[in-house]
Amino acid sequence: MTPIRRAIRRATSNPTTTAGAIITLAIVAAALLAPLLAPYDPTEQDIMARLQGPSAEFLLGTDQFGRDILSRLMWGARISLTVSLGAIAVAIVIGGVIGMVSGYIGGTFDLIVMQAMDVLLSFPSLILGLIVVALLGPDLVNLVIAISLTAIAPFARIARAPTLVLKERAFVEAGHALGYSHSRIIFRHILPNILSELLVMGSLWMATAVRTEASLSFIGLGVKPPTPTWGGMTRDGFENILDAPWLAIFPGVAILLLVLGLNMVGDGLRDATDPKLRNE
Amino acid sequence: MIGFVARRLLTSIPTLLAVLTLVFVIVRIVPGDPALVILGDQATPEAAAALRARLGLDAPIWLQYGRFIAAALTGNFGASMVTSRPIIDEVAAVLPHTVDLTLAAMVVGVVVGVPVGIWAALHRNGAIDVAARLLSLIGLSFPVFVSGIFLLLAFALHWRVFPVIGAAELNDIPDRLYKLVLPAITLGLVMAAYITRVTRSAMLASLSEDYIRTARAKGVPWRRVVWVHGLRNASLPIVTVVGLYVGILIGNSVLTEIVFNRPGLGKVIVGALNQRDYTMLQGLMVIYCFIIVVVNLITDLLYGVLDPRVQQA
Repeated sequence: MTPIRRAIRRATSNPTTTAGAIITLAIVAAALLAPLLAPYDPTEQDIMARLQGPSAEFLLGTDQFGRDILSRLMWGARISLTVSLGAIAVAIVIGGVIGMVSGYIGGTFDLIVMQAMDVLLSFPSLILGLIVVALLGPDLVNLVIAISLTAIAPFARIARAPTLVLKERAFVEAGHALGYSHSRIIFRHILPNILSELLVMGSLWMATAVRTEASLSFIGLGVKPPTPTWGGMTRDGFENILDAPWLAIFPGVAILLLVLGLNMVGDGLRDATDPKLRNE
Repeated sequence: MIGFVARRLLTSIPTLLAVLTLVFVIVRIVPGDPALVILGDQATPEAAAALRARLGLDAPIWLQYGRFIAAALTGNFGASMVTSRPIIDEVAAVLPHTVDLTLAAMVVGVVVGVPVGIWAALHRNGAIDVAARLLSLIGLSFPVFVSGIFLLLAFALHWRVFPVIGAAELNDIPDRLYKLVLPAITLGLVMAAYITRVTRSAMLASLSEDYIRTARAKGVPWRRVVWVHGLRNASLPIVTVVGLYVGILIGNSVLTEIVFNRPGLGKVIVGALNQRDYTMLQGLMVIYCFIIVVVNLITDLLYGVLDPRVQQA
């Protein structure tokens, strides 16, 4: 059995992880099926139906433009998931390469690179994301860039530590003896050994990425309206909080549920792959 | 001890330079012309060139870097492009509010997190432990603007125990503390969740050590064993997390200040974003750098106090 499958098996025996997986998959399904399941067009305005409370017609009520909250939440989930998944994928690739190459080369180069990563890690990530989005302009791609930048350093650290150990192992030496190039050794021989760790980290950082995206949208630096985003919807609700508190509550709960679900899955996967916790 | 403090002070100089370099690099590698960002796409080339000259962006990159570092190290953060007031004055005017909020949130985090973490560790795998772990997982999943809005809805709008607006006169201490309660709980809850987790695992590790068994064997009361012998040895990871967490706290304070409409650094930074106040943003980032370096320094010094072995290293 591969380490990943063994980890998944161990993780699914934990009720918290299973609950987290169910929450996460339900939200992913709602996002994927939004075009089929959403009762209304998420951007369609209906001035006659402004700020209505939850009812049979509008299950979660309507916003200040009479748009259906449920439909907007389903479509908004797509933005949250796309941006976070994209940002974490970029962070895994860039952080992973930086960490592996730095650990593989070692010496002063490694020292400098890791110092730089520590500095990046110590800077408040939300402020970093805020500045980068502000300078680039808020759109989907720039959000991915900004959020990935806040997550590169931890992936570099995670990739570097095992590389330091692996590069001393016999199979790497054998690779050198056979005249393999450094990039072949790094990507064909070291990478497969650390990939599962990177992916487990990725599931934990997905939660952080979702929260960062929502926070940036709440500040007004998310994907531009009328595209629904959960953070932006919370902001709209916050501005109408006296008339229609549900406007802020529903998207807020949606963000909380997705972050919680991802954290539960990530925690379970990490515990299942951490040898120190294996016997607990 | 004095030698230790001096060494740590010296080692924080390269860190400061590194963080400043990071800010410089980030501001420069971001594609797009700051002049055009500030003026908008319709700006004439002449206007853009004039603005670039005013911002010093027409100089060679190494000269820009030198000027940037020199200005930062001499405490010259420049003036706001919008108000023309020195950035340091704008920041000094609101800094007490942000410091209030951040420190109060740290107090909430430690006062809630450490005892709950110890409690959970002492009842490992029992009902209390499971509840503490679940609650801390929920706590650290809360985006602060969501928890802030929920608290605001419950305690300011529904029960009206606390005010909706968080701005207080700095001289009126009771009022200042009263208006701090909800924002501090909002910002502190996530931190409490992290500290609970770290305290729990650090206490589990330290309570299984030989010296704990020895202390119990020689008849030290259990309460004292836990709070003195156990906690003292579990304190390093806790301090590490608190230190690391200050960065998150600073980021989250921006959101807390928006929700509770409090003056502070976060409001200044959001204002600067909306007005494209480029010099203000750069100055604020430099100020954040200083805050981070100082926090790292304090964390390092605390290590030395808590674990005298660190002073020798």
